[in-house]
Amino acid sequence: MTAALSERPMAGVLSPRLNRALPWVVGAALIALPFVYNAPYPMHLMVVVLIWSFAYTSWSVMGRFGLVSLGHGGFMGVGAYSVALLWNYFHLSPFLGMPIGMAVTVALALLVAYPCSRFRITGHYFALVTLALSAIVLQVATASRDITGGSLGYTPERVPGGSSILAFQFTDKLTWYFIALGVWACGLWIRWGVDHSMIAYALEAIAEDEDAAGAAGVNVTSEKLKVTALSAAMTALAGGMYCQYQMFISPDTVSGISVSLQMVFASVVGGIYVLPGPTVGAIITILLAEGLRIFFGTGALGWDNLVYGTLLVVFIIFLPQGLAGAAWNRLTGGRRA
Amino acid sequence: MIDIYLLEAAINGILLGGVLGLLALGLNLIFGVIDVVWICYAELIMMGMYGMFYMVSVYHFPFLVAAVLTVALVAVLGVLLHVIVIAPLLNAAPINQLLATGGVLAFLQALATVMFGIDFRNLGIRMPVIEVSGMYISYARLLAFGTALAGMVAVYLFLSRTYTGTAIRAIAQDRQIMPLMGVDTKRIYVVTSAIGGGLAGLASCLLVLQYDVQPFIGLTFGPITFMICVLGGLGNMIGGFVAAFVFAEIISISGLYMDLEWGYVFAFVFFIVMMFIRPRGLLARRS
Repeated sequence: MTAALSERPMAGVLSPRLNRALPWVVGAALIALPFVYNAPYPMHLMVVVLIWSFAYTSWSVMGRFGLVSLGHGGFMGVGAYSVALLWNYFHLSPFLGMPIGMAVTVALALLVAYPCSRFRITGHYFALVTLALSAIVLQVATASRDITGGSLGYTPERVPGGSSILAFQFTDKLTWYFIALGVWACGLWIRWGVDHSMIAYALEAIAEDEDAAGAAGVNVTSEKLKVTALSAAMTALAGGMYCQYQMFISPDTVSGISVSLQMVFASVVGGIYVLPGPTVGAIITILLAEGLRIFFGTGALGWDNLVYGTLLVVFIIFLPQGLAGAAWNRLTGGRRA
Repeated sequence: MIDIYLLEAAINGILLGGVLGLLALGLNLIFGVIDVVWICYAELIMMGMYGMFYMVSVYHFPFLVAAVLTVALVAVLGVLLHVIVIAPLLNAAPINQLLATGGVLAFLQALATVMFGIDFRNLGIRMPVIEVSGMYISYARLLAFGTALAGMVAVYLFLSRTYTGTAIRAIAQDRQIMPLMGVDTKRIYVVTSAIGGGLAGLASCLLVLQYDVQPFIGLTFGPITFMICVLGGLGNMIGGFVAAFVFAEIISISGLYMDLEWGYVFAFVFFIVMMFIRPRGLLARRS
């Protein structure tokens, strides 16, 4: 980890002042964008990219500290299904459904993370235990087909007219764009906050050497649980957002190992140690999939994953700090993101 | 009198356990020796199943010839996986190795989708069903169980009776010292990868008799295989063997009372609970 950050000691291109102004410039540009150009399809792509960027950022909040979870597919599934089921069965607004889904997800995450931390289940073992978690969510969603529609998927009931604030349903892409943009920005802000807090120092110490960190007075379990709960809650929110935007969820698209791997994969390609990394990963992966789909039509089935898989292997071997990570190191000379 | 359906489910569980044990053995061997988890292990099996399908159903090879070729083919895949992906990452963080094989998982699934399409395919071989005092036991499962056991015994004999096998076990015990003792680690890793791949190939010959093959079939076997290995204690071959039977019984017996998916749910929940009771595996001593 430290190797990725301190690889280039040379002076950077970006000055600290420019660096501080950058988020505001990018934010203003993104807010202004739809007033200049708002064709439906690019808007749709932007919304999808923003929602997934938020999900990947949520994963990276804990992933960057070596807590590689393959359970986030499960968290996203719980978030998405909670919102849809509560709406359809109890007519509970997603504004309540999302927090409930997040709470359930956090409970689930802690249920697994607490013993994992207590019994020193780390690295391989942690990845495989959390993998079981996402497999469970997938199987439960598929098996309880009387309630969730099983593998055929599930649709939240539409409100008459199509749009309603209370139902969190909007037919208008522009509304969704601003919602997704806001949530994504909050996600980045939270991750920035975590990266610059005391928790980050504690977790970096834990990632280096758990025993030494513990001996130095770091409460290993408590720090790990905090960041896990935060990451899980954010992922559940991403699931709820995805459900409300697409108005269709199925076990395979929001839960399971494929979704977990997709999160890890995009984050790694973008770079997990820098703030914009997961977003860059989302842009690359989604544009790649869409590009191949448009170019090859239905013949593209599988080609996107073929490219992803290859890229993932190549990146981990040759560029483990990711695209954005490498670019950042080059631009700033390896200053802390 | 014992419920005959329960007994039938229990017997089928034992038969399933044999195959799961074989799957776990290959993965455990790789982990024990090279200290890497092949997340894409089940995808190697999927490729083997396609190999069987094309050789037997399309090109009409005799079954046994096709089986031998498939074992060889997947063994080669295992070696390629090691040389291309794992070898450059041997000194990287363990989690990077795991993720790289995750990339191979996505790659192989996609490759199968592109090359073979997403249709379900099967050999079209109908194996007889044996009736024993009112219970129906599938011949394919019996054959799979027997072959899996034979394969495991063969691996055991290889590891315990040959020079290379001894070197492999020695490496598993101490990766730092053995190179100093004159063991060529690189060669041992390649041999181990070939054996691990070969076991996956053997498993694919057996599974293709019972299941339709499609690009995503690995997701059916994959998670369960990892969990068996972890439950048995990663790298602990006997533990993996025991865990395979425990898992198979849970799946088989719950499948008797409700949908098959719930059998998997119970098995996974059991796995997570056991991780907390015995974090280092079923047979590990408590520290």
